[in-house]
This record gives sequence, structure tokens and C-alpha cells, in this order.
Amino acid sequence: MDIRAQVSMVFHLDKCIGCHTCSVACKNTWTDRPGAEYMWWNNVETKPGTGFPTLWEDQEHYKGGWKLNEKSRKLELRSQGKVDAFLKLFYNPNQPGLEDYYEPWTYKYADLFDAPEGDDQPTAIPVSQITGEPVEIKAGPNWDDDLSGSTIYAENDINLDELSEDEREQLFEIERVSMMYLPRICNHCANPSCVAACPSGAIYKRGEDGIVLINQDVCKGWRACVSACPYKKIYYNWKTGKSEKCILCYPKLETGQPPNCFQSCVGRIRYLGVLLFDADRVPDAMTVPDHALVESQRSVILDPFDPHIIELARANGISDEFIYAAQRSPVYKYVMKWKIALPLHVEYRTMPMLFYVPPLLPVMGKLDNGTYDNEVDGFFASLDKSRLPIKYLARLFSAGNEEILESVIKKLMAVRYYKRSMEIEDLDLVLISRMMREGNVTPQEAEEIYALTALPTVDERFVLPPLQREEAMSSPNLDPETCRGCSGFGCHDAPARGA
Amino acid sequence: MAWIRDIFAPKQRQWEDFYRNRWQYDKIVRSTHGVNCTGSCSWNVYVKSGIVTWELQALDYPTISKEIPPHEPRGCQRGISCSWYLYSPLRVKHPYMRGALIDLWRKARQAFPNDPVAAWQSIVSDPESRKRYQSARGKGGFRRSSWAEVNELMAAANIHTVKRHGSDRIVGFSPIPAMSMVSYASGARFLQLMGGVALSFYDWYCDLPPASPEIWGEQTDVAESADWFHSKFVAVVGSNVLMTRTPDAHFLVEARHRGAKVVVFSPDFSMASKIADEWVPIHQGQDGAFWMAVTHVILKEFYCNKQVPYFIDYVKKYSDAPFLVTLSKDKDGNYVPGRLLRASQLEATRQMENAEWKMLMLDSATGKLVAPRGTIGHRWQTRKGEWNLKLEDSITGERFDPRLFLTQPRAEICSHLKASAELAKEAAGKAAPEPVGAPATGGATTVVDDVVPVKFADFSEGTSDKVLVRNVPVMAVDTVDGPVMVTTVLELLLSQYGVARGLDGDYPYNCDDESLPYTPAWQEKFTGVSAGLVENFARQWARTAERSKGQCSVIIGAGANHWYHNNLIYRAAIMPLILCGCVGKNGGGLNHYVGQEKLAPQASWAPIAFATDWVAKARLQNAPSFHYIHSDQWRYDTNFNDICQVSGLGHGMASGHTADKQALAVRNGWLPCFPQFNRNNFDLVREAEEKGARSDEEIIQYVVERLKERTLKFSMEDPDNPESFPRVWYIWRGNAILSSAKGHEYFLKHYLGTHNNAIAEEAARDLVKEVTWHDKVELGKMDLIVDLNFRMDSSALYSDIILPAATHYEKHDLSTTDLHSFIHPFQPAVPPCWESKSDWDIFKGIAYATSEMSRQYLPEPLKDLVVSPLMHDTPDEIAQPTVKDWTKGECEPIPGKTMPNFKLVDRDYTKIYQKFISLGPNVRNNGLSVHGTHYDVADYYDKYMLGNPTETWDGHEYPSLKEAKDVCELILLLAAETNGEMAYRAFEAESRKTGIDHTHLAADVRSVHFTFDDLKAQPRRYLTTPYWTGITNNERTYSAYCQNVEEEIPWRTLTGRQHMYLDHEVYRAFGEHVPTHKPRPDVNLTRDLVKSSPDGASIVLNYVTPHGKWHIHSTFGDNLRMKTLSRGIYPIWLNDKDADLIGIEDNDWVEAYNDHGVVCTRVIVSARIPRGMAFIYHSPERTLSVPKSKERGMRRAGGHNSLTRTRLKPIFMIGGYGQFSYGFNYWGPQGVNRDTFVRVKKMTDKPEF
Repeated sequence: MDIRAQVSMVFHLDKCIGCHTCSVACKNTWTDRPGAEYMWWNNVETKPGTGFPTLWEDQEHYKGGWKLNEKSRKLELRSQGKVDAFLKLFYNPNQPGLEDYYEPWTYKYADLFDAPEGDDQPTAIPVSQITGEPVEIKAGPNWDDDLSGSTIYAENDINLDELSEDEREQLFEIERVSMMYLPRICNHCANPSCVAACPSGAIYKRGEDGIVLINQDVCKGWRACVSACPYKKIYYNWKTGKSEKCILCYPKLETGQPPNCFQSCVGRIRYLGVLLFDADRVPDAMTVPDHALVESQRSVILDPFDPHIIELARANGISDEFIYAAQRSPVYKYVMKWKIALPLHVEYRTMPMLFYVPPLLPVMGKLDNGTYDNEVDGFFASLDKSRLPIKYLARLFSAGNEEILESVIKKLMAVRYYKRSMEIEDLDLVLISRMMREGNVTPQEAEEIYALTALPTVDERFVLPPLQREEAMSSPNLDPETCRGCSGFGCHDAPARGA
Repeated sequence: MAWIRDIFAPKQRQWEDFYRNRWQYDKIVRSTHGVNCTGSCSWNVYVKSGIVTWELQALDYPTISKEIPPHEPRGCQRGISCSWYLYSPLRVKHPYMRGALIDLWRKARQAFPNDPVAAWQSIVSDPESRKRYQSARGKGGFRRSSWAEVNELMAAANIHTVKRHGSDRIVGFSPIPAMSMVSYASGARFLQLMGGVALSFYDWYCDLPPASPEIWGEQTDVAESADWFHSKFVAVVGSNVLMTRTPDAHFLVEARHRGAKVVVFSPDFSMASKIADEWVPIHQGQDGAFWMAVTHVILKEFYCNKQVPYFIDYVKKYSDAPFLVTLSKDKDGNYVPGRLLRASQLEATRQMENAEWKMLMLDSATGKLVAPRGTIGHRWQTRKGEWNLKLEDSITGERFDPRLFLTQPRAEICSHLKASAELAKEAAGKAAPEPVGAPATGGATTVVDDVVPVKFADFSEGTSDKVLVRNVPVMAVDTVDGPVMVTTVLELLLSQYGVARGLDGDYPYNCDDESLPYTPAWQEKFTGVSAGLVENFARQWARTAERSKGQCSVIIGAGANHWYHNNLIYRAAIMPLILCGCVGKNGGGLNHYVGQEKLAPQASWAPIAFATDWVAKARLQNAPSFHYIHSDQWRYDTNFNDICQVSGLGHGMASGHTADKQALAVRNGWLPCFPQFNRNNFDLVREAEEKGARSDEEIIQYVVERLKERTLKFSMEDPDNPESFPRVWYIWRGNAILSSAKGHEYFLKHYLGTHNNAIAEEAARDLVKEVTWHDKVELGKMDLIVDLNFRMDSSALYSDIILPAATHYEKHDLSTTDLHSFIHPFQPAVPPCWESKSDWDIFKGIAYATSEMSRQYLPEPLKDLVVSPLMHDTPDEIAQPTVKDWTKGECEPIPGKTMPNFKLVDRDYTKIYQKFISLGPNVRNNGLSVHGTHYDVADYYDKYMLGNPTETWDGHEYPSLKEAKDVCELILLLAAETNGEMAYRAFEAESRKTGIDHTHLAADVRSVHFTFDDLKAQPRRYLTTPYWTGITNNERTYSAYCQNVEEEIPWRTLTGRQHMYLDHEVYRAFGEHVPTHKPRPDVNLTRDLVKSSPDGASIVLNYVTPHGKWHIHSTFGDNLRMKTLSRGIYPIWLNDKDADLIGIEDNDWVEAYNDHGVVCTRVIVSARIPRGMAFIYHSPERTLSVPKSKERGMRRAGGHNSLTRTRLKPIFMIGGYGQFSYGFNYWGPQGVNRDTFVRVKKMTDKPEF
């Protein structure tokens, strides 16, 4: 057993209000510079929809992540084999191009001040941030925002493939039209295909916290990682010639602060905490059939209260402080204790360490002679009558395993019914105890889920690992004492253009 | 791990400093944004190398209670994009002037080297030069100027205007002070010291819900968002909480997890719909019909079939339900509801003070008529201490139990109501029989259990003449004028709502009766929502309210409030709240959030903002009337009856042209009118003095005589006379020419005199009778338009002078909102960039330049006559029991009674600056007051001067207002919300009025006083005061009207109770005395498309402008961050099937046009949008990516308000009657905008820019 500590995340989608504050918090700090304009380390997508870059989930096209070799039962990169890896350095047809992202633009704002007097009002036209030439804007990083019921975008969401023709058509009618939001950052995977794909060895997982980083000094800009990442969360900087990605704001984590996208999350949907996992078992765990992947991933995550695990973790250099953080981790509660947070597209087999609590959506409607009614069969929304079919959510969060998704939704609903009955006792208690049984939740657990969902303070949402930087700075030619006096001196050089 | 090696090695990781260096910063400064978003979020602004680099939300809000979610983080995607502006190419860095004007000015200054005022006069009085720069407005050609040059020009224009036209031609517009109250105060203070005019905003933006003054006598008072968490049932109506209440939305989501049910009513599948348990795709603008039917069900099932003690007790005490309504017999033998029965009508009570303003109830035990405490008559009587909600006879002081029903509640059998028989049995068993009345004291006898046929108008078919006759239980009362039939408000409402309770008449046979209002089946044809849904909703609602004691709430917003008949929609939705005891409860009530109107420390801020610390009377104008009249939109308007159904009573206010109603409103003192007269005000006073008037009274009498003989008119009676024009317009903190300008193209035409795309024909010529019609009008009324701005927005682009203003990160200020109960600061993270200055410093500079120049031109003090309407919260509100027009000889013109108030004040133009920077003596000598409750501050005023900056001039010392930070400090010191001693004194004063001791609400906080430094350290939660109706003591969340309910403080209305019945004669004439439903006008009635002729490839759509996701009004929407996350443009949203009809695909270019103007933009196509509608999210700029319109001769297309016009509903013009009395941003018609239609067609050619 090789126990590692990973800073992990939960996004509670029922709470997501789709505001994109997270995206801007990230953009302002990290990617507001030439070469990075089109990068959105954090973005938010409307589902059903095609996302950013367009149709990123279509691995038939982009060939991201791992595939299971049926014969060897081993994982292979989908993006490159031993043979074509070298060739693809020079031409990779599966790599997203600017047309899959968008051409970043700005406006000729200065014309509003400088236009000479004419016979009509001046206006600032859009121009490319790359060429400076006028552009026609046809795509953007959030092009299908709030576009439920779009025949162009929503309809092409590949997760709808499993739906019946009727169900699909209804998504564009009043009965079922619906949407949800999916915020995305790098998953800081435990089995990252980007690391495996990098020909320069520039990508690594940090030992102390599992954050996946691209060394800007080593990266040669081959972009193999861009292809290999199935979530398309690595971007190529056209100015520096290096690839960049979400760094989970490690300078903030190192100083005891939540990452920007977490701090700025106005829906309070984000949770961050440490998980312990068995690194030895990671690749094998990702070789099981699709429907078993969620359970398999759970089996790799370890119980931080188990004395045996604690002992082995200590032996592996994980501090008591860190273990204590893992015990208080809100992520552990959601993922392991309550089992209501699930990985996104676990079938990509990268073992993403970001988990999502699926949303509860409004009930379906029905039309009778043009008059609208809701398909109500309970006080709140119900499992069967949800506007987005379970099948769809299962494609996103459980590799198609509907049972897992149903169990999550049942538990979430049982908690709401329970709380309602505690608050004003106007619901049938027999019904509520049946729902709690079916949702596999006790009153005590329901209270805990409620409290962490509705009431958490910043310190309860983000149980930050105590990153002891003095240890990270200790090496033969570097020590904390020197750092204390010397760090920050000198002019900073940006990474030089690579390959 | 099998293949992957984690890296610990420090050496290999030294490069990590690359990103660490970016995160390093030099300073964090707490500030916020003032953009009228209601967020009022606390932000940390990061400064690195002296440059603002980014901002992140502060996380340190004080905890209200561990039982509710914390407030952190607050702040949205738009606010976090603010730092983009500071150094962007859109930043206004220097003073700019229109080239055409700068040339004229410099030339004129050469011609008049020592006389800048003559120079200005030479430009504006010469038609050619006037046209030269006016027609260049909006067409580029800006040139850099200097502060010295623009200040001199503005001073010259100010002085010229004062001398030539009168100071009330100088107007200013700045929206909603709470969002940055000192910045608002800067210009407002300058204007009032000048004798200029402040234009209102809350009503103009259509953010004011007139139902709130109608029912509660309150501008708006709502729960803070944290209070949603206590709700057990939330209906979201016309409000897109997730999109527009971004930092608050989590409380709603979290309330769901506590077990609240959320039902979202929205025609589109909105962001808020995503979190609903049930989404109800109700037809737009028809929400009223749904709620009427909900109330029908509640009245039938929870008031008649059974009775809920909690509901009954509540409406007896806190609503007008038990008051008696008189019924008068019509020609046809049927009855019509009239005024509430008054004490003045009975022999026994007619001698009471203010007897005409005291309304009566019936004692259920004795059958006697009782004048309960707490009515408006008690409020303004000499003897204080009787204005409270105790159910006590105000003559004997004895408690009594008012009677609600004149009949026994009778169970009805509603065929599909399974439980009804059961419920009936239960109700019959429980309800104690109410005794039949015995003769009351004082000779009034009562005969009970009779019924009479009463007429109820049914407007639901869009006509005015459909009348239903329904029997109503009544009793006869002997009055001084003989016997009068009366019934209770509740009985009248039961009949209005069609609850038959065994009575004969045009009642629906049951809930399935779709032919008669207001059954669930009836509402289907308006809402598209099934009757079954209404019934389920109503029952779940009422049961939740019964169980939770009123924890049902309605979150309501612009989607309901921006319609012409918004008051009816709101009233319909408020009825179930009142009837189920939800108002004044934590977790309950009507939560209207449209605009950041809650300026918490009002008492100390208002005298600074409106300069009443120096000048007793301010000139405050309701903007909707101002713009409707002065931008000449009335000329294109027809009689309002085209779109507004009225009852058959035939009242003068209920028919005709809106402009004529406005004229009457001005004459009667209902609404303000600035400019005041069609003459220079100073000339008028001078003339009076020359004619021998010595005292103020004689001058006023002279003016009244001229008005009476009609040789002098109010400007709004003759608005197109150049002597009535507004002349100089200051705009700051807002986007007055486009964002809020309903009828934007008419602004361009009539105010600015530049190109516009309106093609509507004038229509009022033969319709107006009281407003002077000029066949030809002079275009370009405004001599000068000045815009203070940090960005080049549409208003800046069309102004003559742009003054570079500090951003939210470059100034000191204060912010409060109704969405939370904290107050926090703006602070400069960096000094104002380039040549920009804070608003306070800019107006201080203009004041200085104007004062200095006045030494030459206006060296002597002048007497100024200030006209103001009959005001709410003063004895004016019992001035006019009936409507009478003195110009028709119906009464004498008596200032303050039958016409406006007149007051003479002194203006010394050489002292404008000194007064601007000094807190004047009126504050010290008169104390502070809000809503008529007053407290002294002299000791604090004096003490402040001991250790703080002061100004000394003319031998007197005053607290200094020179720096914006000093203004903040004084606001915090003297306001009850931020100084506990002031709160205590205010409650002492309130206690004297009510006769109940309320001081316990402030007893524990007398030593609390927040300073600016306190706010810098952490946002502070302001204190409970009588100026707001919630109670935040003991870890409670703020919910409106808790003080009324718990402290028995009356609402500031006619009866002192929540009004379900509105007895004003104009309300009866409009048929709006009872809650009712008037359908929205169709396209033909709106006259939006008379000249915009059909085109084969176009489609007619209802056009709405909901608040959007990527902007707060127009701010943030033009920055690169928001533009990138949306689609790079301000798109129009269409339904997919509608788009198919005209061959439009997603992202195509379209023209949307009507007679008022045109918009060219790209389209977004989605089934999320209902058919028949087009959305352009409020509010675009004309500055970005706007092509030329083929439809309008290849001229630059406009913005969202190019397609709207101002439409006023005259019912809101009445005054001098209880809660229907004027207050700035409290009462008056609003700038409604949703009853608008456009044609949309594809742009076939490549767009030209």
C-alpha cells in the first residue's frame, strides 16, 4: 500500500447558480495576459450543451483519457500509442484548434473617444486580440450559456445519446425543457493521462498535495497533454509556446487560503479537503468495466480514521496534521461517508479527484389542450418525473450506472423531506420514513448532510491541508532560513518560448 | 504508484515561483461597487506595484446566527470584473468636450474676454450656434479639455440659466443613492443649494412597486435575503433570483435544503427555474389572474368552508378587513362600494378631532360601531399616543373584538372538493355564532343580515362595461345624512372574488366555472396554467402558512413590476400573504427586489444630500412625469383609456389624455412640477415685490392670484413654451440618456436635438384639453448636458461635457441595501486615476467655480419661491378628502390644501461653495426626522466639532464636509441605524406617537456607534430603528413589518392597517378599489406599430427587457470580461419556432423595430424562451458593435430603450389622501416598459458599421 494525500474537491451542483464568478476570479489572476486570453482554467457549462471547447466530451474525436485494452486488461492512452506518439508531436488531428475554442477578441474602444465628428454615432467594433483585425464573433468560451432547448447546442450534447427519441424531443418543449450548470476545473486526477503523455516529462503531481502542474521551465510545448487530457483542461499559450493549466491556486493553498474559484463561489457549492488514497491500486482500479468504475474509485480512497491506514500514512511521510485534515475533510464525507458526490466521466479512467453532487431539477410538466400542469406526485420534485432523465445524469457522473445515480438522488430527496417534516410536520411520516429507508439515510446523517449543505462556513467548506512549506524548501542548496531573507529579490523572467 | 512519480524535490520545483510571484501583492483595500444591483458586497481590492490587479470577495461578514447560512462570500461575476475598467481603453481619463461646443466656447470667450456668462449666452441664444453643437451630439468629435475650462463653462451656464430662466431649469439625475450615498449626495447637494431640481429614479426605473404605498403606505420594505432561509414556501414571481440576485441566491437554495418548497413563475425557463420544485410557465404579465384565483380558493376553503383561527385573528388586527365600507345606491337600484365609513358620519363620533379621517369597525360582542385606534386621524390629531394597533375603542379605551362577517360563514360544496363536506361540518362546529347587532350608542342603529345587490366590474375581457351584480350582506347605519348601507371589507372582498357563500347573484357555481372571475378555471385563459395547479398551490400555501404561522413568502420583481397594471399584479399576490398572516413574519411576506432603494442611515444622509441643513425646502421632481411631459412623449400619446379599463362611474380622472391628468395633479398639489412655472421664478418674486408684496405671505398670495387668473401657469400645463424648458442637465452615477430612458429616441429628439430613429406621429393635438398645444416645437430643449463618468457609456457619448469620475476603487463612500443588513465602505485602493476625481470633489469644484463667478453676476441674495406637493408623512395627507379642481371653481386655491405648498427661501449664490463644505445649522437646531418621527442631535453636532475638521466663515463654525470621508463620518455619527443613542431617541419619539414604549428595541445599544474605521475593519450590521420596520435584535434576520406586528405600530396608511380595500374616489373610478385583474393591452392598443408596416419576413413579438446576467444595468456589460462570457454583443433572444417562421438561425443578425426606434443585433435561439416574446436583457450600450439600420435609412441603430416609450398610469397621480400622498421615489406613476411590441426580421445584408 502506497498512501498518498490528495487535495480533492466537491462541487454541489444542486447549489450551483451558474454565475461564473469562479471563472472570472481565476481569469483575473492567472490568465489575463497575452497568449492566455482564450484560457479558462475554470469554466462553467450549461447542460445539456456542448461545452468548452466545443464538444470536448466527444472522445471519438478528441481521443482524450485512457482506454482499456480488452486483451491485456491494461490502460492505454487513447491519444497516442507507442508508434504514433512521435509523429503526433508534429501533426495531431485530434488536437483542438482555435476553431474549437474561439478567437479571443476585444473592441476598438478608443474609437469612442477619438472618432472625428461625423454624421452618425461612432461605435466600437470587435477586433481579434491575436491579429488586431476586425472579427465576426461566432464562438466564445461560454457560447451556449443558459441555452437550454437549443437545437444547435443542447441537442448535440453527446450525453443525450442514450435518450429515447421522445425524451430528446421533449427537451425542446415546455414539458421537459431544462438546464443545469457544470463548473469545471482541472480534476487533478490520480491517474492523469496528461502526465503520461508528456514527452518532456514536464508534468508532475506534487507529492504533498497531488496538484498536477506543468513545469514552465521544462515544457517544450509539444501539446501532447492537450490531447491526452479528456477534460480539455490544458491550454497551449501561443505567446510563450508552453502549455498551462489550473494550478489549484497552490500559492494560496500554501498560505492557508482557498483557491480563487473556491473563495469566490457565491453559490457556496464548493468544498475542498484532503483524501487519502492507495496509489498502488490506482491503475488497476481503473481497469474495471464502466459500470463498476465509481465503486472501484471509492475502493482506492482510504478511511482516515482507520488506525492501520494512519500508521501506513505516517510511514509514508504524511504528517499527523495532514491526517487530521483528512479526517475533517468535507470531501471525504460527501464522497465516502454519504456517497452522494460522484466523479465526472469516470469512464475516461483518469480517476478525477473532483466530485459532483448531482442537482435536483423541477418536475416535468404536461400539456392538456394548451393548458399547463406539473406532473406532481409528491410535495417536492420526484425521481421519475425530473426534467432531466436519470439516464442523462448517469452518463455524466457514473459512467452510465443509473442505480448509483438513483441512490444519490433518493438520499438527497429524503433529506429534504426529512427536514421539512422536522420544520413544520405537514407531511406524512410513514412516507418520510419509507423515503429515508429507500434513501439509506438516518435522521442523524440527514442532519449532517443538511448542515454541511446549507449552513457551512468558509472553514467548514474548505478544510485546507497544512502545507508545511519549510519542509518543501529544505534541500542542500536551499533552506527556509535563507529563503526568509532572500525570497522575492531580483527581476522575474517569464518562461522563455519553448520548442 | 505503478508508473507515476510524485515530485517532492524542491530543486525541481523552484520554477513554481512563476505563479507564486503573480499571487504576491502589496496591499488589500476593502471597497464595493455602486451600480444599483442590490448586492452591496464587501470586496477586497488587491494592489500590486501601485496598480489594482484584481478583486476577491471579503469573507468576514459578522455572523448573524449559527442557525442560518453565513453571508460569505458575496459578490458576482460582474462585480469581480470591475478592476478591468480602471486602466481600460474605455476609461474616461480627462475632461472631454464636444468639439463643436469647444470651438464655439473658445471663440465666444475671445469675444467676451471678461464675461463668461455673456459668452455662454451668445452661444445658446443664437439659433445657429445652438443647432451646431446640439446636432453634433452623439456623433463623435470629442476633444480633451481641462478642469479649469469645463468648470468655467459650467459655472457660466449655471449662472446664465439662473438669471435668464430661473434656477429650477437646472436639473440633475443620479439613481438610487444607497449604492454610493455620498456620491449621490454630491450633485444633489449642489443642485439644491443652487435651487435646482433632483429627478427621482426609483419610480422612473419602474423599480417602485406602487402596490407597496397602496397597501402599506411604505415606499418598499422587504426582508433581507437571509430571511428567505426561514421561509417554508416561496413563490418566485417575475424575479430571476439566480440571475439577478447572485450573491443572495444561495439563501433560497439553502432554504430548499431546509425543507422549503420553491415554485418559480416565469414564462421562460429561467435560471431561477433550475432550482424550483415546480416551474410554472405562466404567460407573461398575467400573473395577476393566477393570484386572483389563488385568493378565491383561500377565501373559499380557509375563510368560508372552515376558518383558521390564526388567519382570522391576524386580519382582524393587522388588515382593514373589519372596517366598514359604505354602499350607495345607483340609478339602476344596484349598489356600488364607496368610502370607508367615517367617524364624521355618525352623530356620536363626529365631534372627534379629524373625524373625517377616522374609520369605523363593528364590535362583534355589542354590535356597536367603534372608532378603533391607529387611523390616520389619530396619527395627526393633537393628542398623541393613540396611534397604535391595539383593538381598542379610541373614545372609551375599551378592548373589543371586531366583526368580520355579516353573515355566518356558510360551507359551500365545491364539486371536486372531496373534503368540503367534512370541512363544512368542522367549520360549523367551531365558529362561534356572531351575535346579531344591537342598537349602538349615539343613536346609530344597525340592521343586520340583509343583503343588497352590489355591482362589480369585470375587466377581464379587456372592456370597461362588463358588470357583475352579486348580493353582499349588509347592514344599515344611521348617519348624520340618513341611513347608509355598509358591509365589511372582508365581505366585500369575498363577493369580489366570487365566493358565493350561499348568496345570489353572478357568482361562479364553483371552482370549475370558467365563465366568471376569479375561479381557478377562469384564470386558465390568461395564464395558460391549469385550474388544478392553482388549487394545489393555494392549498399547499395556506396549509404551510397555517402550520408555520405565516412563513410563506413571495419573491417578486421586475417581471411583474414593469407592466402597466403592475399594481394589480402585486395586489393580487399580496392578498394571500395578508389573508394567511404572512406579512410581518420572519420567513414570510412580499419580498420585492428591484433596485437598491434602502438607504439605511436616511435621517442623517437626507439633509446633507438635499441641503436642507441650509435650505428648508428642496426641489424634488418625480422623473416619470418630468420625462413624459418635457421630452414631449405625451405629444405622441393617445387617451390612456385605450389601454386602461375603468369603471362606469365617470370620474374626470378616469378618462382622457394622460398629460391633462398630469396637469391636474400638478395644480392640485398631488405631484411636483419643475420647472415650476412658465416664467422665471426670480422674476416672479421680484414682480410681486414691485407690486407691493412685502411679506412672504403676500408674495405667495400674489403668485396664487396669478395662477388663479391663469396668467401664470405651471410649466407642465405649457411644456413646449421655451419658457418652460429644462435647460441644464447634470447626470452622474447613471446612464440617463439610454439605460433608464423609456423613449430614448424621443430624448434624442426633444432634449438633445440630434438625430433619432423615431417615426411615430403626433397624436395628442385634438385630445389634450388642459395642456397647451403648440403645432411646432423647438427641438433640443437642453442647453447643456454634463455627464460624470468613469467609462464612455451611451450617455457620455451623447453629452456635451464628460467629467472623468473616480471608479468604485478610488473614493470614499458608504453602501447599504435591502438584501442584507450590513453597512460598509468604499475606499480608494489607488488615488483617482489620471485626471479623474470623486463625484464629491467634482461637484465641490463646480460649486467653487459657480460661487466665485457669482460674485460678479449674482452678488446679492435672492428670494426664491419653492413649490412642493402635499407630502406623505405630514398633515398634508389629510388635506383632500375629495377631488376638487380650483381652476374649475370647485374650490378656492389654498396653498397646502387644495394646491401645492409654497415657501420662500433665500439663495446666496456667492456662498454655494461654503455651504457645500459645511454641515449647516438646521441639523443642529431642528434635529433629524424620517416619516415624521424626530430626534435631537445638537449635543452630538457640537461634540463632533471638538475633535474633527470644521469650517469657519462669516463668524460661524460648522462641521466640515470638505472631504467625502468626513461626510461618511457625519452620516454614521448622526444616523439612528449607526449610532445607538440616536436609535434610542428615535424610539422615544415613536413611543410618544403610539403610546407604547418601544425603547427596549434600542436599550442595549445606546453606546454603540460605528465609525468609518470600524467599517474598514469589518462590515457592521446596522441597528433596529423606527425608520425601518424589521427587528434585527437577538440574532434575528430582517423581515419587513415585524415592528408593526409585534410592537403594534400602525402602517402609515389611512386606517393604519394593511389595505386590501382602497376607497379613494379615483380608485373606485378606475375599478381598482378592490383587487382585480386587467389584462395586458394587445399590440393594436399600444400603437407601437402604426407606421412600422408589416413586412412578409417579419414577426410581431412582445418585447421585454429583463435584468441580465452579464451586466448590472449597463455597467459591466461593456467590459471585455463580460462580453467574452456572453456572446460579444447584446443579443436578442427568440423562441426556436418563432425564429423558424422568419428563417432566422442562431447568431444571425436581425433588426427589431417599431415606431419608436430600431435595434440591430444578433439573435440567440432557444426553446427556453416562450413563443411570441423577444428578450433583450437590460441594458445594452449603443457604444459596442452596433450596425446601421436598413429599416431606418442606414443610420446607427439604437439600444433597448429605442423601442420603448413612457406610459403613465394616471391613477398613481392622486394625492393629499393618506398613503396616496407624494413622497420622492415613494409615489407617482412609473416608467413601465413591458407592454411593448416590436417587429423582428432578418438582416439580409452584411452589417455595416
